Amino acid sequence: MPANIRNRLLIIAGLVLISIGPPPISWLGIGLWPRQETIRTRGADGRMRDTVVDRVPIKQGLDLQGGIHLALEVDQSRGAVADPSGALERALRVIRTRIDEFGVAEPLVQRVGNDRIVVELPGLGDPARARSIIQRSAFLEFRITDMQNTFRAVIPQIDAALRKAGVRSTGAAPGGVSAVEQLLGRDTTKKADTTAAADSLNAAGPLSSLLFQGSIEGEFLVPEEDFLRADSLIHMPEVERLIPRGIELLWSAGPISQAARSFYGLYAVDRRPIITGEYLADAQAQIDPTYNQAVANFQLTRAGGRIFSRATGQHVNDYMAIVLDGRVQGRPPVIKSQIGQRGQIELGNASLQDAQDLALTLRAGALPAPLTIIEERTVGPSLGKDSIDKGMRAAVVGTVVVMLIMGVYYRVAGLLAVAALGFYVVFLLGGLALFGATLSMPGLAAFVLSIGIAVDANVLINERIREELAHNKTLRAALDAGFQHAMPAIVDSNLSTILTALFLFQFGTGPVKGFAITLVLGILASFLSAVFITRTFFLIWIQRRPAMKELSI
Amino acid sequence: MIRFFANANYDFMGARRWAYAATAAVAIPGLVLLLFRGLNQSIEFTGGTLIEVTSQSPQVNEGSIRSALDAAGLRGAEVQTYGAPNEFVIRTRLSPTAERSEGATQQTAVAVDSALTHAFGANQARVGRYEAVGPKVGGELRQKALLAILLSFGATLVYLWFRFEWRFGLAAVAATGHDIVLTVSFISLMHLEVSLVVVAAILTIVGYSLNDTIIIFDRVRENLRRYKRQYLYDVLNLSVNQTLPRSILTHGTTAAATIALLVLAGEVIRPFAWVMSFGIITGTFSSVYIASPLLMIIEHRWPGEDARGARGSAPPPHGAVVPAATPPA
Repeated sequence: MPANIRNRLLIIAGLVLISIGPPPISWLGIGLWPRQETIRTRGADGRMRDTVVDRVPIKQGLDLQGGIHLALEVDQSRGAVADPSGALERALRVIRTRIDEFGVAEPLVQRVGNDRIVVELPGLGDPARARSIIQRSAFLEFRITDMQNTFRAVIPQIDAALRKAGVRSTGAAPGGVSAVEQLLGRDTTKKADTTAAADSLNAAGPLSSLLFQGSIEGEFLVPEEDFLRADSLIHMPEVERLIPRGIELLWSAGPISQAARSFYGLYAVDRRPIITGEYLADAQAQIDPTYNQAVANFQLTRAGGRIFSRATGQHVNDYMAIVLDGRVQGRPPVIKSQIGQRGQIELGNASLQDAQDLALTLRAGALPAPLTIIEERTVGPSLGKDSIDKGMRAAVVGTVVVMLIMGVYYRVAGLLAVAALGFYVVFLLGGLALFGATLSMPGLAAFVLSIGIAVDANVLINERIREELAHNKTLRAALDAGFQHAMPAIVDSNLSTILTALFLFQFGTGPVKGFAITLVLGILASFLSAVFITRTFFLIWIQRRPAMKELSI
Repeated sequence: MIRFFANANYDFMGARRWAYAATAAVAIPGLVLLLFRGLNQSIEFTGGTLIEVTSQSPQVNEGSIRSALDAAGLRGAEVQTYGAPNEFVIRTRLSPTAERSEGATQQTAVAVDSALTHAFGANQARVGRYEAVGPKVGGELRQKALLAILLSFGATLVYLWFRFEWRFGLAAVAATGHDIVLTVSFISLMHLEVSLVVVAAILTIVGYSLNDTIIIFDRVRENLRRYKRQYLYDVLNLSVNQTLPRSILTHGTTAAATIALLVLAGEVIRPFAWVMSFGIITGTFSSVYIASPLLMIIEHRWPGEDARGARGSAPPPHGAVVPAATPPA
């Protein structure tokens, strides 16, 4: 095999490898090989959590898999909002904390430009619910935890009531409570007190077997896998009746990691907040220069300052849960002294990022951002499925017809072009994976269209070769001249289409962008397959049949 | 060996007046209709709501949906079947005089949904697709679509300016303009819904037609160098005839692909597929019958340096001796 052909084959093999991308190429994050991706899935316990799955990295647009697309803006129709950009940031925060409520695997919450939030919820078919979750305004409260342990005191009664109601404990009472407790890194000053309490929790009751005493009064930890069970138990009427008056049970916003295990916090807090978000004026994060630790500073309104100063005066050394939308945010801090209009939450050795998150949470509760939906698109999952089926059928039929025409008209040369089309498909899909492009319905149309463009190059080349052959050139000479003369026309046609596609990409929305990027990638892939690969095939063909006098073209 | 139209020697230039007539036959009614009826803009551009409903129940039809909407006080909604007889599309557009509040489209959508549930019972009319676009987004998308069309046209001009001398460029641009006018006329005649995807189709057509024109003009340039003593009229005819097999085959395959989309790919993409299919025809037509005659007219008016214009661009009335379509030496 001449070096020329060998090099060409090596390049083709390399391109195919990059497009398909088996390991170790897939480690670079390119290629079609199934990749590990993190998606959120609903576990058996009804909670959303991150799972890693292997799959082919080509995303389907909402029009193909069904789902909801929402664009939101800060509503200024009922009076100007002082700081629209900050309002947007807070709204983003609130929507992100509610993301689990959507119950979809891959939600996208994204800020677009200065004044817009785009939410995409693949697979969800209930726009009314999505709207209500998003537009509900955030509610922030500070609540004192159950410092007198009134809830803990009634746990034995609750257990008894549950047994009477026929609820059995899961059997395996958590052994090694103290071991877990040690790992919790509790506040040492309260150790004696709570260890005793934890022992009482060690009973194998239906509820108590699920709870670990946390490091502060009113905090309990429930292993993530027991979350659903614990949640249903505390909402049984028999249990709700026994929960002390003035106490409410609230879950933590997210899982808490302790000793390589994941827990949900269950907080017994006062039913009445000591202050709500309406009295908060502002909150900022900073690094406290004295102790070099991250803190969140907050400022209350004047009226709020009076209320807060009275409340904190009564609750020095108590813990204060920060509750946003009924979920406790972070671990409750302790109130060190009476606080007036300005307060500071110290976060110990947490990062500035954590402090900024907390400050944003406070601001989100203080200044709810009214959002208005300016665009909404919902595609039902069955329609999406239908679109894929029809689009695929059109793509297959279109491709087969194009292949038939080429094969019949150009015979062997046509079959070479058809074989090159196979490479074209691999390159195009590889390119889509590389750029993380989303395959939409218009994208499928572009795919079909670019098959037509791909054979155009082969038609130009084959016609030129025929002309050269008619002029009695040798096979090899006709081949070279054919490719050479067809080249300017091919480059021209590809360039003019790419130019248009680039403008479409710049100005289009989701589906049109999908069309544009598929078209550009299709043209590049078709250039490779029609020009480089077909020519290689021709060269091999001539090489293997040196005696051939007539080309089947 | 199968060869279509090999060594063809059709007098394309001579048929140019018929071609002008054909253009006028599509363009005039299309544009007149456009003037009176306007474009059927999708709610992406006007703002409004679109709800696609599928129903298995025989009592759900266009009339009963309309009366259900009327009963709920939602007048002015358009109801159409969409693809299958049990699929319907309900459109409400924001009228320019309507209260331009962003929440209005949302409320309409909810109202339509509840009116349907009220009239036919829950789950009798299943919502397959649902879009609500506020006036602000509508305005933005309209602006973006216009900008995309203008800029891509501008870029095409610049490209042609580099690629050809101005006479060729002008002819190609005019032919492209012709394609846009004809495609818009077609859209107007068919009352196709103009969405962003259809705008994308129009722009793709522009690129496609331009590419076709460029391929013919490349041949013209090549032949002008080769047959220095020929009339431009004959050189143009020769070039079109030489590229004819390529044109037939390419447009045949691309048309096969877009017709597959038109027939098989469903309602959502159908307006796109219509425009693409028509555009391939008009793009081919304009490269042959519009771009080339225009080049002749332009050369005649402003003769080029190779003095072909001085010899006269048209051949003698009858019986010109033309070299056979021999391939290049």
